[in-house]
Amino acid sequence: MLIRLKLNGQLREVDTAPMRRLLDVLREELELTGTKEGCGEGECGTCTVLLDGEVVNACMVVIGQCDGRDVVTVEGLGSEAHLLPIQKTFVTEGGAQCGICTPGMLISAEALLRRNASPTDEQIREALAGNLCRCTGYERIVASVRAAALARSSGGAS
Amino acid sequence: MQADKPDSHVVGTSVGRSDGVAKVVGTARYVDDLPKRPGELHGVTVRAPVARGTLRAVKFDPSFDWSDITVVQAADVPTNVVAVIAYDQPVLASTAINHAYEPIVLLACADRAKLARAKLAVHLDIDPLEPVLDIQTSLSDQNVVWSAPDGFGDKGTNVMKRYLITKGEADVDAEHARCARVVSGTYSTHQQEQLYIEPQGVVAWWDDDGAHVIGSIQCPYYVHKAFLKTFGLDAERIDISQAVTGGGFGGKEEYPSIIALHAALLAKKSGRPVRMIYDRAEDIEATTKRHPCECEVTTGCDADGTLRVLKMRVLMDAGAYVTLTPVVLSRGVLHAAGTYRWPTVQIEAIAVATNTPPNGAFRGFGAPQTIWAIERHMDAVAAYLGVDPMDLKRQNLLVEGDTTATGQVLRMSVSSTACLEGGLSAARYAERKRELDLENQARAQRGERKRLGIGASIFMHGAGFTGSGERMLKGKAALDLLPGGGLRIRTASTDIGQGTETVFRQIASDASGVPMEHIDFAVPSTKVCPDSGPTVASRTVMVVGSIVERCAREIGDAVKAEQARGGGSFAQAGDRLLTKGPVTVLRQYEPPDFVKWDDTTYKGDAYPCFAWMCDVAELEVDLDTFEVEVKRFHIAGDVGKAINPKMCLGQLEGGTLQAIGWALSEELVWRDGLIKNPRITNYIVPTALDAPPFETALVEAPFEFGPGGGAKGIGELPMDGGRRRSPPPSSTPPGSPCTTCRSPPSAFTPRAWAGRSANDNLPEGSQPRVDSTQAQRSAA
Repeated sequence: MLIRLKLNGQLREVDTAPMRRLLDVLREELELTGTKEGCGEGECGTCTVLLDGEVVNACMVVIGQCDGRDVVTVEGLGSEAHLLPIQKTFVTEGGAQCGICTPGMLISAEALLRRNASPTDEQIREALAGNLCRCTGYERIVASVRAAALARSSGGAS
Repeated sequence: MQADKPDSHVVGTSVGRSDGVAKVVGTARYVDDLPKRPGELHGVTVRAPVARGTLRAVKFDPSFDWSDITVVQAADVPTNVVAVIAYDQPVLASTAINHAYEPIVLLACADRAKLARAKLAVHLDIDPLEPVLDIQTSLSDQNVVWSAPDGFGDKGTNVMKRYLITKGEADVDAEHARCARVVSGTYSTHQQEQLYIEPQGVVAWWDDDGAHVIGSIQCPYYVHKAFLKTFGLDAERIDISQAVTGGGFGGKEEYPSIIALHAALLAKKSGRPVRMIYDRAEDIEATTKRHPCECEVTTGCDADGTLRVLKMRVLMDAGAYVTLTPVVLSRGVLHAAGTYRWPTVQIEAIAVATNTPPNGAFRGFGAPQTIWAIERHMDAVAAYLGVDPMDLKRQNLLVEGDTTATGQVLRMSVSSTACLEGGLSAARYAERKRELDLENQARAQRGERKRLGIGASIFMHGAGFTGSGERMLKGKAALDLLPGGGLRIRTASTDIGQGTETVFRQIASDASGVPMEHIDFAVPSTKVCPDSGPTVASRTVMVVGSIVERCAREIGDAVKAEQARGGGSFAQAGDRLLTKGPVTVLRQYEPPDFVKWDDTTYKGDAYPCFAWMCDVAELEVDLDTFEVEVKRFHIAGDVGKAINPKMCLGQLEGGTLQAIGWALSEELVWRDGLIKNPRITNYIVPTALDAPPFETALVEAPFEFGPGGGAKGIGELPMDGGRRRSPPPSSTPPGSPCTTCRSPPSAFTPRAWAGRSANDNLPEGSQPRVDSTQAQRSAA
């Protein structure tokens, strides 16, 4: 089945079986390995991407569902030269440690900041509750999101 | 590149992690992100479906097309042992099956879907045998399921390892008889899965140079050692490298040797590269976990609470093979006396074999089990005496000049009091205790069913290898001068998320004067890096970091001397030196002279120093649903010197949440030696909503032999605490000299809280109940 999707702002076509997982098509055919697999059953959030702006687990979405839709992965946030505030603060505030949950965590956090420019700590924790981190204890992640919200509101955006 | 700044002062500042940008843009390559090598195959493992048995035959379904499947069995393994400490574990089982999930057959194929079908077409013909699945059954020796390799364990029994620590009076029972108050308790702790978010994985291939492995690996030289033994290769024909690693926590310390051997066996037989990545279920089922432990404790004290005597028996379940059990048991026993002054001590420790997958390294390495026991026991003693537990702990706290259970005099960097008082005052412990009591009374009057509690723990963790371990290990590190005045650090110490490469750069920068951005960190690889010793035991910064510091200072001094002689910039001087040949400094760790340890008597300086920590938790418990919410959490942790304060916070808080998860929600459900919940769906680790807000204070009591002005090892420290449940989930009625306390979340019952019953369990298979929102997200 020929699937046409907008991936990180660019139109892409991929010819593949419609029941393959979005996660596998992203990592294999489309060579975007930033999206990781941690459990394969929608629990860890490591494969979080945006589908038409909604946060989803790419291991629970089949590629056939993505035809004509808009997908954003970690590679679609900021590049090395133009990091988004949320990417910068995950480095400066210690939100990233081993980094395996970071791509999914960033997607969930960025989605939160796009709908809520100044979230409370409780709102941050709720927005990230589908993304497991085993390293940080989450305090540095919450601090990173808080700092990114501040940077965005003070115009320190990308 | 140029590096003309004469001095650098980055130690003590929270510079961002040097591998951070690659991690936030998605370009960091973990093992499964590495591009496919030409001709690459996928590998899978066929495992034993029973806990114990005799393998009669392996049958391959003749109707299946095996033409493009590579098959490896025990007969294909050159020397069929996994070299760790003892050589009792086969790479692949041949006849005896000693635990469920034991590997028996390896398969590889280019087509992953066909490989999955091939796995189902292998039939194992097994005669089951009666397994031993718990410590007490194993200890009875009625069913001996383990045969001791030479030099290990007690022949003809299930006992793998014993230790005995004694101090003071020889007759501890007589000493107890002389005490005004004697309290006994048993404290058992359950297994814990590391649950790093990236599962285990490697890619292996062979070429004219020998064997190559790249993977998610904590200790490349462990894998190297395993390859030397199994394949009989020369050392230089083995190339083991680390890919970016998505967490380890001990789980990728010794286990990667097995998956790497398996992938390399398939690669050798097929002549193709082989990629082996576990899925989550296989990772939880087959890889190592924290040792279950039972501690029997009897203590005596004066009527005023002054501790006199500690008698303790520590029992650990090793699982089916030795792996690292002797060392885990050692660290457990060396921390068993807690942070208290005991004039008389007798601690006996025994590890036994069972037919469960081998237990292994997990952050804390035996100490969290025994420290939990002694901390709960101190709570029981305080309840018996009718005093606040923290008053009792303060009264008996080890301070500088005191002597530990092994006879070690605490000479330096002893911050027990600073941590205890810092933690308690930041949390307003005494005040909050009164406030919560009043609030609980009011809630009871209103008929509400939630109660509040506050509790604290004080603990310490020894950094580096035990006793003479570092002297025997001879860890090495090297630094190279690069053109343009830069440096390259070469160590086998891996960054598995904790920040090694950033912190080493900070240390090297200050020691050499070269700015951090001109300091390279070589990918840990046995071809490129000297053996620094493993990335374990809270030793990376304190031990290997101090070698890096020494090498960097020597190179920096050499370049500055050349600069003084011949002028020009630091970079120009460095380049002049390089025209004469490579400039490299390779140094070996020199432990402080004062460390004296006797392995036969288990007396002396167990560790050069300890890191200390106090944590204080406020909880809310629902008396009907038994949901526990951690409302607030205060930490006061001594890191010696914080090379990177924010990374220190990340270590202390992250380790603490792992400890909280172990206490409140993480529990493996076993039946007949098999794991019934090998999934993140029902092995429940804390989410951001389950985690409390942490308020963490770093205490700095510098260790004069540590790098950067006195850093100590802190990686494992937080795992030793964090598991306070207050009021304790035990039977301890006030004034009782006897207590029983079990750690599994499912043992945490309303009745236990009501103080009516000792250790009632929920029905078998019942799930831990912590509120978890991780299942709430729906797809698309």
